[in-house]
Amino acid sequence: MTAAFLYGGAGILLFALGLWSLLVHEPLLRKLIALNIMGAGVFHVFIAVAHRGDGTPPDPVPHALVLTGIVVAVSATALALALHNRLEQEASDSAKSTPAPAAGLVSGLSIRPQSDPIRHE
Amino acid sequence: MTTDSLILPIALPLLGALLTTALPRIAPVLGVIAAILTALSGLWLTGQVWGDAAQHVVLGGWALPLGIGVAADGLSASLLAMSSLVGLGISVYAVGYFSGSDRSPHFWPLWLLLWTALNGIFLAADLFNLYVMLELLGLSAAALGALTNSREAVAANLRYLLVGLLGSMSYLLGVALIYTAYGTLDIGLLSERIQPSALAATSVVLMTAGLALKAALFPLHFWLPPAHANAPAPVSAALSALVVKAAFYLILRLWTDLFANITTTGAAFILGALGAGAILWGSWRALRAERLKLLAAYSTVAQIGYLFLFFPLLQAMPPGPARDDLFAACVLMAVTHGFAKAGFFLAAGLVQKNAGHDRIDELGGAAQSMPATTFSIALAGSALIGLPPSGSFIAKWVMMRGAFETGQWWWLIVIATGTLLAAAYIFRVLSRAFGQEPTPRCFVTDARAEIPALLLALSSVALLGLAAGPIWSLLGFEGVQT
Amino acid sequence: MNRDLSLLIGILAALLAVLLLGVFHSTLALDPGQRLASLALERLPESGVSNPVTAVLLNDRAYDTLLELAVLLAALLGIWSLGPARPGFQPAGPALAAMVDWVVPLAILSGGYLLWVGGHAPGGAFQAGALLGAAGVILRLAGNASAGLPSEVWQRWLIVLGAGVFSLIGLLLALTGYGFLSYPPGQAKWLILLIETAATIAIGVTLAAAYVGGRPRMAQPPRSPLAAPTADPEAKR
Repeated sequence: MTAAFLYGGAGILLFALGLWSLLVHEPLLRKLIALNIMGAGVFHVFIAVAHRGDGTPPDPVPHALVLTGIVVAVSATALALALHNRLEQEASDSAKSTPAPAAGLVSGLSIRPQSDPIRHE
Repeated sequence: MTTDSLILPIALPLLGALLTTALPRIAPVLGVIAAILTALSGLWLTGQVWGDAAQHVVLGGWALPLGIGVAADGLSASLLAMSSLVGLGISVYAVGYFSGSDRSPHFWPLWLLLWTALNGIFLAADLFNLYVMLELLGLSAAALGALTNSREAVAANLRYLLVGLLGSMSYLLGVALIYTAYGTLDIGLLSERIQPSALAATSVVLMTAGLALKAALFPLHFWLPPAHANAPAPVSAALSALVVKAAFYLILRLWTDLFANITTTGAAFILGALGAGAILWGSWRALRAERLKLLAAYSTVAQIGYLFLFFPLLQAMPPGPARDDLFAACVLMAVTHGFAKAGFFLAAGLVQKNAGHDRIDELGGAAQSMPATTFSIALAGSALIGLPPSGSFIAKWVMMRGAFETGQWWWLIVIATGTLLAAAYIFRVLSRAFGQEPTPRCFVTDARAEIPALLLALSSVALLGLAAGPIWSLLGFEGVQT
Repeated sequence: MNRDLSLLIGILAALLAVLLLGVFHSTLALDPGQRLASLALERLPESGVSNPVTAVLLNDRAYDTLLELAVLLAALLGIWSLGPARPGFQPAGPALAAMVDWVVPLAILSGGYLLWVGGHAPGGAFQAGALLGAAGVILRLAGNASAGLPSEVWQRWLIVLGAGVFSLIGLLLALTGYGFLSYPPGQAKWLILLIETAATIAIGVTLAAAYVGGRPRMAQPPRSPLAAPTADPEAKR
């Protein structure tokens, strides 16, 4: 039981950490990493629950669920990155001067373009 | 037979999506065929539930709790019927909307995948399966929303995607905790096993919070207006009418089925209060909106608020015919809004195409030259306001009566204010449509595009209002208590 | 975001963590027992494979796996709708090219091995597909703009192969009376192998195509050695 609690507890801590990072950090890549960490945290909880004691084979169902979850998380991350790429491309197309490559990686990461015409509450 | 009818509404659009991916040149034709077949299979299943009883099957050939259950009861069947008919309307409209556009081969596979996810959610009886369906829904909806590739659309839908992922993660953690405690993922089995406990409460909060993000419940609605307003018209219709409904349906299912033992008055009141906030804030922003599609998006926020207002009423009402009435009214309201909002967005899309823009103040000429479209907006608008004989009128009537009977009179003020504000913003739109010369001669200018919008709007007013009885019998209740 | 708000969110997140830890601990202390493990392991002999995770993935919860393939497809379709792929990187120098010549075939072979071994040891369609996808990523990084993938027409058929074979088998089983995705006991092994093979190819192609990051471009004409080298902004990465 202790092993399951330690492992699952670590997962819960990862979930909380990812949640904090998602809400606090601006750049998109950090938000995506935060989401993936949250996902990893939830997967930890599933894997912890699969443990049935040393010597007995683990519960295969949570393992299968986690495999599915990983693929889903990868797909979502891929789409988010592609959307972000598209935004960056538009931003650099409309920029008057091409930013230096080193600066471009950092400045272009924010999810909101400089002048966001759609304000939200 | 049972397996077939339960699985076809999910398998058919999936196959359609695969075929339209592989054969992009004939995607519209394949897409419409898939849409017709999917709608027919959905209606067939609804008919079966109406005639016989709730259907249930376990996939994998092995009994629960190991396999994945697929089930259709009255609630699922009503929403499935809505998604079938609204989906069919959107598909027919989309043929004309995207004809000749290079967006067409991208639209059809994603739209059919979205439809697969919708039907999958309505028919699912397994918590983890719901997670996968929710992710499919979120991904395809975000991809569709960004279809125009404009900067606003891409930014808004990236935000939608991230918010959706946060919601899914929260939901999944709730599922993990449930599995830890009860060792099964099947909704039917769990509803028997769940007892009030800290863990059950934590799970329901996590899952509801995640789903509330996806259903755009105030104040978690911030992502919705830009995402829906910047999408192409058929996509906006699908997003507002169907996608947010799926998340709401899940919350309703969880609260009334799975966690029925542990929901408290306080928790239900919180949901109702947030719903009230949604009604007031959403209607106010809709009144102030400058663009037609933004108005419609804020209107969705407000209408979702009405749906959440049912929670405190359902919680406070003791079981019996009055509570059944409330439940059926909630379903009726959701379904009516689905038809009305879809008709509204499709018509708004036509106006935008015709006029080249959708700024409300400058719409006069365009609105007048397309009478069928403007009529659709008027009909859909009357359903959004809640004028008789639309379905939402009946639903609001029952809701107000429920609020009165359970002594929660404060909701009456909210409902009345919301209705007034809705009347204001709808009339603001319609007032542009009159007073210009010359008046047009023919009613319908572009049949393939205008007829679906007209039929959807008409359904929300006439069919659902005058034929609300079937929904009651679908859910297994006696008729409305008058 | 200012530091006070960030701190407040941090405190709230920490409180959430403490609450969840407490709930989790008390639930584990109750020891709900076997959960689904005993059922899944009991069912293993009839499932057609001897790896319990593969049995759950491809037999008991096959419906989830089918939808997971649909999720992958949706992501790729979304990526494709956003625009054509960026131009590839510059062709690899001799050291990298030599390594790629070794690594990519090894990755493909390992993928095939993982697919086969998934029946009785850790492995399976997704793991194999991931290796194939990685091979595609390596190819693109080494200068092959299309990541070793065929033309768009072929790609479209390959990415629907996994979900297509899966759902067709499921429907066939439903039509012949066994029920959607309920394998007849004797055929389970071969059906699972067939589905996994199709899925592996589809997953590999989808992941590589997702890494390419956009709609496949037409093949570039070979650059004349006399032409001045064009500046490729991605070459600096």
